[in-house]
Amino acid sequence: MLKSWVLIATGLLFAGMAAAEEGGIALLESGTDIKNIESLQRGARNFMNYCSGCHSLKYLRYNRLAADLNIPEAELPGKLMFTSDKAFDTINSAMPKDSETWFGKQPPDLSLMARERGVDYLYSYMKGFYVDKTRPWGVNNLYLPSAAMPHVLQELQGLQKPVFKNEPDDHGSARMVLVGVEAMTPGALKPEEYDQFVRDLVNFLDYAGEPVKGKRQSMGVFVTLFLLVFFVFAYLLKKEYWKDVH
Amino acid sequence: MAAAPESADSSKGGSLIGWIDQRFPLTKLWKEQVSEYYAPKNFNFWYYFGSLAMLILVNQLVTGIFLTMNYKPSSAEAFSSVEYIMRDVDWGWLIRYLHSTGASAFFIVVYLHMFRALLYGSHRKPRELLWIFGCLIFLVLMAEGFMGYVLPWGNMSYWGAQVIVSLFGSIPVIGQSLVEWIRGDYYIADATLNRFFALHVAALPLALIFLVIAHLMALHEVGSNNPDGIEIKKYKDAEGHPLDGIPFHPYYTVKDLLGVAGFLLVFCGVIFFAPTFGGLFLESPNFEPANALQTPPHIAPVWYFTPFYAMLRAVPSFAGTQVWGVLVMGASIVVLFFVPWLDRSPVLSIRYRGPIYKVMLTIFVLSFIALGICGLKPPSGIYPTLAKVCTVLYFAFFLLMPWYTKFDSVKPVPERVTGHA
Repeated sequence: MLKSWVLIATGLLFAGMAAAEEGGIALLESGTDIKNIESLQRGARNFMNYCSGCHSLKYLRYNRLAADLNIPEAELPGKLMFTSDKAFDTINSAMPKDSETWFGKQPPDLSLMARERGVDYLYSYMKGFYVDKTRPWGVNNLYLPSAAMPHVLQELQGLQKPVFKNEPDDHGSARMVLVGVEAMTPGALKPEEYDQFVRDLVNFLDYAGEPVKGKRQSMGVFVTLFLLVFFVFAYLLKKEYWKDVH
Repeated sequence: MAAAPESADSSKGGSLIGWIDQRFPLTKLWKEQVSEYYAPKNFNFWYYFGSLAMLILVNQLVTGIFLTMNYKPSSAEAFSSVEYIMRDVDWGWLIRYLHSTGASAFFIVVYLHMFRALLYGSHRKPRELLWIFGCLIFLVLMAEGFMGYVLPWGNMSYWGAQVIVSLFGSIPVIGQSLVEWIRGDYYIADATLNRFFALHVAALPLALIFLVIAHLMALHEVGSNNPDGIEIKKYKDAEGHPLDGIPFHPYYTVKDLLGVAGFLLVFCGVIFFAPTFGGLFLESPNFEPANALQTPPHIAPVWYFTPFYAMLRAVPSFAGTQVWGVLVMGASIVVLFFVPWLDRSPVLSIRYRGPIYKVMLTIFVLSFIALGICGLKPPSGIYPTLAKVCTVLYFAFFLLMPWYTKFDSVKPVPERVTGHA
C-alpha cells in the first residue's frame, strides 16, 4: 500500500513539473535518418555546394566522409572537394580570417552544431528565414532572432514573410507577436523538395557531429542480443548454484 | 615413483600456489575475503549495487587510462583532443562513452547503494566506520566527477567550473584568495585545467582505491548486514559458520554475475543508443568549446550534483553574504556522516520499523529527486519554492531522526533471517 502511494506521489510530482514547462515557438520535426546513405550523400553535396564557402567542418576528414558514405575517394575532387585539400585533410572553409567584418561574427564551425543544437533546431532554422528590412541581409530568422546569417538558400526556397498575431500585454495594450512565417515568393524548388533538401543537409550535419552514430546503433543491437543470452546463462548458473541454499 | 607425503595443508604442496603461499598469504586472503567469507543468504535486489559500484570503478580506471593516452590537458587542445578520440582513435568513441556513461552510472549505483543502507540500517552499530568510509568515497567521487566534467573543456565544463569554484569566494575574509589559489589564475584557465587533470587522473583515483579497500576491510571485519537487519553470527553450526550465512564464493559471485548481466544490458543500451541521455549525461552546450566571453543559455551542473546545487540556490543571501547557501550545501553532505548516531530506532531494518520512518524515508527520497529536477531548471516558476520546501524536508529527515526513530512503533524482529531471493 505504501509502495502504491509512493508511485502516485511521484507521478503527480513529475506531472506537475512537466506542466510547468514553458513553450516558445515549437520546433519543426526534421525526420532525418542517419542510416539513409543516399540522404547523407545528397546532404554532403548540399553542404559542399551551399555551406562550405563560409562554414568549416574542421573535425571531419574528406576520406572518412568518403568511406562512411560509400563514395569512391577518387571521385572526391571536383564533386565534394573543391579546394586544393588532400583527402586526409579536414573540411575547411574558404573564409578569410577577417570574415568577422563581413557578418558581424565569424561563421561558426558546423562539426558539432547538430550535437549542440539538435537536428530539429537546424531543420527549423533553415526553414525559418523571413523578410525583415531592418536586418543587414534583409532577412531575420524565426528560431534565432537577429541571426547574422543571410538566407543562403533563398534562390531554392524563395522568400517568406512573417505572420504576426495581436496579443495584448498585461495592461491591455495591443502588442504584435511573431508567431510564424508563410510563403511570399516561390523559389526554384517546390516546398516538399526544399524540405527534403534541408532534411538531407541536416541529416549530413548529424552524421558530421558523430560519424560513428549509425554504426554505433547497429552495433548496439548485437551487443544487446549478446547480453540477453549472457543474462539467461548467468541466470541458469545462479539457479544451479543456489538450489542447495535453503 | 614414490608419492610425496601429503602435507597437512594441501595448498602448501609443490604447486605454484603452494610456492606463493609460503611467501605471500594468497590462499589465506582468498579464503578469508572470498571463499570463506560468510554473507547472509537473504540478500535481495538492493544488494547488487555494491559489486556494481566496484565494476564501474574498474571500468572508469581502465577506460580512463586509455583516454589519457590521447587526451591533451591544455586549454588550447583539450576540446579538439576529445573530438580526436571520438573520430580518429580506434574505438575511441566507445572508450569515451564507457567513461562518460560510467560517471553517471557510478552515481546512480552509489545513490541506490546508500539508499539500501537507509532501508536496512546498514550504517548502524557495528558498521558506523563502514558507513563513514562510504561517505568519504561519495565525497571523493563528487570531487572526481566535478573535475572530470571540466576536462572536455566544453562551454558547460567551463562555466560549470566557474560557478562551482566561485562558491568558495563567498567564504568571508579568505574567500577571494582561496578561489585564486584553486584556479591558479584570475579566471578558469589553462592552469586550472592542468591541475584538475592531475587531481582527476592521479590523486583522487588513488584516494578512491584506498577508501574502497578500507570500505571492504571494514565490511569483512564486521560482516554484511541483511534485509532483516539482524546478526547472523548469533547462530553458528559445529564448524563455527553462521547458520544463515553462505560463502561469498561461489554463491554471491554467481549471483552478482547475474546483476552484472542485468546492469550491462541497461548500461550498454545507453552507450549504444543514447550516450548523451537526452542531454543529461553529456550536456548539449558542452559540444561547443569553452568560451570565456559567452555563457551557455542556462548553466546547470551535471545531473548528479543538481540536488545539492538546488539546495545551494534555495538559501537566500542574508546579512550581505551568499555564504549561507554554501554552508547548507556542505551541511547536506556532512549530515550523512552522522546518520549512524542520529538513528535511535531499536531495530535496523525498515521491515520491522513503524510507519513514521517509512513515511519520512519516502518524503526524503521524493524531495531528493525533486531537488535534482529543481537544480536542472532555471530558478523561475514553481522551482524556487519547491527547492526551498524540499531543502527543509531533506534536512528534516536527518535532524528529526533522533526523535521520530525513537518514538516510532516497531514490530518484533525474528531470530533468524526470513527467506532468500
